[in-house]
Amino acid sequence: MSSHTQHEQTGGFEPKIVAFVCNWCTYAGADLAGTSRMEYKPNVRIIKLPCTGRIDPLFIIKAFEKGADGVLVSGCHPGDCHYTTGNYHARRRWIAFKNLMDFVGIDSQRLHFSWVSASEAIKWVDLVNNITDEVKKLGPFVEYKSLGDRQ
Amino acid sequence: MGMAQRKVIYTPFPQAVPNIPVIDAANCPKIQKDKCGACASVSDPRCIDFKQQDTVITEDIGAIIVATGYQLMPNERFGEYGYGKIKDVISGLQFERLASASGPTGGEIRRPSDGKTPKNVVFIQCVGSRDEKKGVSYCSKICCMYTAKHTMLYKHKVHDGQSYVFYMDIRAGGKRYEEFVRRAIEHDGAMYLRGRVSRVYERDGKVIVQGADTLSGNQVEIEADMVVLATAIVSREGADTMAQKLGIGYDKYKFYNEYHPKLKPVETVTAGIFLAGTCVGPMDIPESVSMGSAAASKVLALFSNDQMAREPITANVNRTTCNGCWDCLVACPYSAIEEDAVKNRQGIVLKMLAKVNEGVCQGCGVCVAACRSKSIDLRGYTDEQVYAALAAF
Ligand code: FES
Repeated sequence: MSSHTQHEQTGGFEPKIVAFVCNWCTYAGADLAGTSRMEYKPNVRIIKLPCTGRIDPLFIIKAFEKGADGVLVSGCHPGDCHYTTGNYHARRRWIAFKNLMDFVGIDSQRLHFSWVSASEAIKWVDLVNNITDEVKKLGPFVEYKSLGDRQ
Repeated sequence: MGMAQRKVIYTPFPQAVPNIPVIDAANCPKIQKDKCGACASVSDPRCIDFKQQDTVITEDIGAIIVATGYQLMPNERFGEYGYGKIKDVISGLQFERLASASGPTGGEIRRPSDGKTPKNVVFIQCVGSRDEKKGVSYCSKICCMYTAKHTMLYKHKVHDGQSYVFYMDIRAGGKRYEEFVRRAIEHDGAMYLRGRVSRVYERDGKVIVQGADTLSGNQVEIEADMVVLATAIVSREGADTMAQKLGIGYDKYKFYNEYHPKLKPVETVTAGIFLAGTCVGPMDIPESVSMGSAAASKVLALFSNDQMAREPITANVNRTTCNGCWDCLVACPYSAIEEDAVKNRQGIVLKMLAKVNEGVCQGCGVCVAACRSKSIDLRGYTDEQVYAALAAF
């Protein structure tokens, strides 16, 4: 939160992006990016969950409330979920949830859903870089943050 | 290779495991036309059964080692090298058979088209490997070494023969590997040319190889008698569907993922499933052997425990708020949710509530997100913990 104000003063806006990732694919992919010494934008904050099926849509709203400018959800490719079907649940939930986003005032461009497997370190790097750029263009997301601050 | 004939009953190759003969059903007169059957009367004890069919065997097992191996990239993809069109263009594996004492020529190097001894042999490395456009981006790792070996084998069998090797880089990393390649060049006279081959075609019974020697900056044309392609290693066909059945991960080339590339190289993310050999990626024999040994010892370590350690991450139900809607039961991929009766003192069932069987629960948390009354939480990943992590930003 304080970093927002700092950056706004210095002119450059650095978005905060919360990534909800599953332990078995995307987290491992991000880990591989690290062990392979790849570089990507530091704007992403990872929250590891066992599976994308664990992701409660409320987490995403909560993330915006707590100051996120963008949210990324990523897990195993369809058919590859460690728990066989968790990502299908996530995908179904996502389709229903995404349509509600406009209604509650969240620009759907701030939300991203992707599949990144444990071997796709490069995909992870590109994904984070692209989303950071995209959210940067949209500017800070303050509407929900002020809700969170009021609490 | 279509160079020799074999009997209808044969052992696939001398080192086959298990080392027992098989019947070529498509050509066996007894199976096809119900004639002959002489083999059954001479074999003792009665080990030939013509009626045997494929059967599905169900077995309870405690661990799986996946060692499904590799296959070669279809050489036909590389039209410029003439494979499939020119008889004397063969793959490295075929050369291996040709040089083998149990091979179709009894170990004599003779070319497939007319059986003559080839005096000039060109080996082309990196066919499909390190070539993202036409093949795969990775290095197949074993070709540098086996090509060097082939040039030696060739020289030892055809003393007045000359071998040429077109290579991109010589990757001889490994104990005594570099020395081995030097020996092929210095002692056995293999001519190494750094550069790619652009075209292979036939002219007057010769196979003409056109290529570049980038070290001297010259175009070269070699009148060869035989060409051997060091074709890329690729994953087995169907490797992806196999992985999905087993619940293990794979990369874009369909090689299987280790749990961790450095620290858990033979484990997979699925407990009880281990990996060995080239199903993980290109590797040579010593590496495959050590991986196989490692996987076997991991399995033995697993089996030597009286009790199995399990992850403590399981779901648990808050019985005061659960209203028995069974959304969790429908969502759970492991059938770990059970119906638990709440009874009064008289033993009359008042209601049914969800209960997690902790021995079966794998801790994916799908039920947690599915629960409308927020009555299930996942140990280690509770809602509270996630919100706390979010609040820390
Ligand atoms: S474990 Fe990765 S999506 Fe389910």
